[in-house]
Amino acid sequence: MELNIQPILPEIFICAMACVILVLDLYLKPERRTIAYVLTVMTLLVAAGLYWQDFATGSAVYLNGMFIKDRFSDVVKIAICLLSLLVFVYSREYIKARDLFLSEYFVLGLFAVLGMMVMVSAGHFLALYLGLELLSLSLYAMVAFQRDSSVATEAAMKYFVLGALGSAMLLYGMSIIYGLTGSLDISVVRGIVAAQAAPDNVILVLGLVFILVSLAFKIGAVPFHMWVPDVYHGAPTSSTLFVSTAPKLAGFAIIIRLLVGGLEDLHFMWRDMLIVLAVLSMLLGNLIAIAQTNLKRMLAYSAISHMGFMLLGILAGTPNGYSAGLFYGLVYTFMGLGGFGIVVLLSRAGYEADELDDLRGLNQSHPWYAFLILIFMFSMAGVPPTLGFFAKLSVIQAVIDVELTWLAVIAVLFTVIGAFYYLRVIKLVYFDPPAVAAREISATADLRVLLSANAVALVLLLPMVGPIQEMCTQAIASVVGAF
Amino acid sequence: METIYLLTPLACLVGAIVAGLFGKRIGRTGAHRVTISGVAIAFLLSVIVFVDVMNGNLFNGPVYTWAVSEGTVYQIGFLIDELTAVMMVVVTFVSFMVHIYTIGYMEEDPGYQRFFSYIALFTFSMLMLVMSNNFLQLFFGWEAVGLVSYLLIGFWFKKDTAIAANLKAFLVNRVGDLGFLLGIGGVLYLFGTLDYADVFAAAPDFAGETMPGTETLWMTLICLLLFVGAMGKSAQVPLHVWLPDSMEGPTPISALIHAATMVTAGIFMVARMSPLFELSDTALNFVLVIGAITAFFMALVGLVQNDIKRVIAYSTLSQLGYMTVALGASAYAAGIFHLGTHAFFKALLFLAAGSVIIALHHEQDMRHMGGLRRVMPITWITMIIGTLALIGTPGFSGFFSKDAIIEAVHYSQQPAAKFAHIALTAGTFVTAFYSWRLIFLTFHGEPRDREKFDHAKESPWVVTLPLILLAIPSVIVGWIFVEPMLFGDFFGSSIVVRPEHDTLARLAEHNDPGHGAAWQMVAHGILALPVLLTALGTVLAWIMYIVRPDLPGKLAGRFSAIYKILLNKYGIDEFNEFFFARGGRNIGNFFWRIGDVKLIDGIMVNGTARVVGWVSSVVRHIQTGYVYHYAFAMIIGLFVLMTWFLSS
Repeated sequence: MELNIQPILPEIFICAMACVILVLDLYLKPERRTIAYVLTVMTLLVAAGLYWQDFATGSAVYLNGMFIKDRFSDVVKIAICLLSLLVFVYSREYIKARDLFLSEYFVLGLFAVLGMMVMVSAGHFLALYLGLELLSLSLYAMVAFQRDSSVATEAAMKYFVLGALGSAMLLYGMSIIYGLTGSLDISVVRGIVAAQAAPDNVILVLGLVFILVSLAFKIGAVPFHMWVPDVYHGAPTSSTLFVSTAPKLAGFAIIIRLLVGGLEDLHFMWRDMLIVLAVLSMLLGNLIAIAQTNLKRMLAYSAISHMGFMLLGILAGTPNGYSAGLFYGLVYTFMGLGGFGIVVLLSRAGYEADELDDLRGLNQSHPWYAFLILIFMFSMAGVPPTLGFFAKLSVIQAVIDVELTWLAVIAVLFTVIGAFYYLRVIKLVYFDPPAVAAREISATADLRVLLSANAVALVLLLPMVGPIQEMCTQAIASVVGAF
Repeated sequence: METIYLLTPLACLVGAIVAGLFGKRIGRTGAHRVTISGVAIAFLLSVIVFVDVMNGNLFNGPVYTWAVSEGTVYQIGFLIDELTAVMMVVVTFVSFMVHIYTIGYMEEDPGYQRFFSYIALFTFSMLMLVMSNNFLQLFFGWEAVGLVSYLLIGFWFKKDTAIAANLKAFLVNRVGDLGFLLGIGGVLYLFGTLDYADVFAAAPDFAGETMPGTETLWMTLICLLLFVGAMGKSAQVPLHVWLPDSMEGPTPISALIHAATMVTAGIFMVARMSPLFELSDTALNFVLVIGAITAFFMALVGLVQNDIKRVIAYSTLSQLGYMTVALGASAYAAGIFHLGTHAFFKALLFLAAGSVIIALHHEQDMRHMGGLRRVMPITWITMIIGTLALIGTPGFSGFFSKDAIIEAVHYSQQPAAKFAHIALTAGTFVTAFYSWRLIFLTFHGEPRDREKFDHAKESPWVVTLPLILLAIPSVIVGWIFVEPMLFGDFFGSSIVVRPEHDTLARLAEHNDPGHGAAWQMVAHGILALPVLLTALGTVLAWIMYIVRPDLPGKLAGRFSAIYKILLNKYGIDEFNEFFFARGGRNIGNFFWRIGDVKLIDGIMVNGTARVVGWVSSVVRHIQTGYVYHYAFAMIIGLFVLMTWFLSS
């Protein structure tokens, strides 16, 4: 069989560039390390360009079923490239100010991106696991990047231990399924599972539960969310930015690959499990966020509740639901990026600006940044006309379409509770007296411009909601239609 | 051509955005340059579109899909037909004139750039409204013009009366818009689509459909609700109260929005919906009655106003009533024709009044004017032309359109047509009287305020040029368009009239095919009742305000009861204030005290908030920070899920 590397060219490119930067670093003087940064950004841009240029029209399988290239993978991959790119731009000044501006950071980031790419395209249990581990290991290191910070080290330690547990569960679940079907190829597994799907098939249920639990862990759904607040809070904000955005999309992608691609015939089982996870995530995420005084922890709990919302779309079990979930994932990652981006923007050397009180009266000194916060918070709370509203609307519609109206009601109620802590931020920013008399913001122009664009896009893309949703529908259609 | 369609509104939008966001940076000159060139481009493109449509090239298609929900597609799209083309040209031309005029009128205003940004935004919204091919976009444009109108009425936001006026306009329009929205909801419910073409094509199939449990036709309900929207926007009784107050806004706005274009959106909308309205005689009769009441009784109020702009505002109300009556008589073409001619001469009257107002340093009370013809000849002549057109002097544009309406109502078989015909005919007398009263008080006689008179001088060319340019169509458009618009096939398929309603066709039967329709109308009209009444009104005004200036005061004393009723505008404002506003406040107070403070705030909000806060502070302790607790929680979660699904 001829080896066709054409479809995985972008992945090879990212991998090669990561190695190049790693080697180049040996010869780079510390003051010229910006070269590594520029190369990383260029790599991500070029990779995104490569995906764009070779945008899939249907669904094709390569490398003996290991690698799937379809619209879904290309959409998610381009989003991952852009998100990671923005993360690097947002965090450049932040890591410079903390002596973390090392090439290793970029190399780890690129390897994490590579891991995500492999996950997104995985057509095989092993490929999926390989990608996931590559991503996770990079993330552990990124969280621990500030070696002299005990909080960061502790967070990385927790993440690592729990992550290992999660990975073990995934492996265990996969091995059970393998034992039952005799194959690791997801499409083969699908065929065999379809024939054996029955509620009393104990082995299938066992395998499914283990896989589901590990997936829930990776995206941080309750009760497998414990690592999220500690890691988000403990890690340097630059790493939090990374951990909290693109990997969520990759997590969504492997849920689609495994549950929809492989185990869709067990929908009647995993639907109920996801309902439990989603309700718990929305409940606990929103409730505990209210009690937080730290902005990063608050956003971490908010992330948990958003993952609950994303699960709503998936559990509907219809193409509409999946595409609503994808839309939600895309919108959320860009909102979350902006939320943590604000923390980066406001912080400077020796000052983290991650307590809620630090935001007091920001409007008086920096009305434009206050406005950006307003947009991000409104969007996360789901206030029209921001994209966050449409994201929530579409998943709730998907849930109502499958006659789970009670679940939609619960989701809306939790949104209302959640609105409290988002609006509290706005209240602090606009209505409270300033905390620091003269606040100076040392952010560079590229951060300011991109963050502003990020926020404004959440509102100005309003007329494009239709086309974006159409794109999500087509992406999902390429996954569902492949069978 | 599709690019041109898209560029027409966008040119205005770009101007509005640039002037609005970067107004400070580009300065006053920059702001008016960018908006005026935007509108000028829009006008030129509209003319191109008009010519293209005249050549038979119609268009109906989407620009893009905004959202899909439950199988209903919400698109942004354009429908370009004869009706749209006429509206586009009228809107962009008047807007263009007003833009130029504004340079002179707002010269000393600190909000110069803001003003230009708003009026360009208005032009964009109005174009989106008339070019729409579906109800959703129509509603978008409808609300957008309402918003800009609100912003502009309160343009001088430090003036209390302006704030009150824009609030009033906002609230009254809410009433209309609610009806409109319900009407659109009805359309969506009945037809399952918001696309004009689909709705109109399906309409005849639903013609006999009644609402469950009643005898009422669905079509009647939908049309009445839609018409409530038109009543709000086009200021028909009893939702007219906001229009006179809207004169608090700068005069260019009164000309553009509250006379020529926005207030006619309701007329346009009903004409656009003619395939629906044709199916409900009840709705048409309602339209006739409302229009006739507005046409006659609002004209009466115009008799006693002393503010120069308010006289024209009541005149606008009355003329909108004429257009509405035309719609009710199924003479949609005549209504749109009058809309077009009215846009020119009424914008002219307003702008001329504005020219007088700046000459007298923002004096609007006609009792302090007089004799101005000597110092302001251009304003005087153009305003006389506008007046001649308004009162329907044979040969001027207003004559053709108004006479056609009156004749069409005459031939209408609707039960309410008789009443409407009388009201409109009597209205011509009143119209002539208050129009000449305005001219005589302002330009003739002796100056009543010597000091102001001595400082008055003719306005600069940026003000007089639009006056002259508007005076030209006020005279000639009637001659050009009366034949094709009223008796020809000008509007093609864009207006649908059932044969038994076709009053204009009946009107055409009386024409002698050998001669031009315009000449025939003039020849016919000179001896007809409306023109005689107009002449009578003119003469009477001349006697009362030139020959015997003491007469009006005596008459007011003799008929003081009627005079007071008119001066108080029939007490509608007082009734609204007493019944709706006070009643609303009382109900609001009740719900605030009992519902809000006690139930919602006390028990539900604060209660829930307390519970949520308490739960939250307890639950956060789950997060102990110990990694073995976390791992434990995961394992427990795993086991719970597993046992649950294995045991079920």
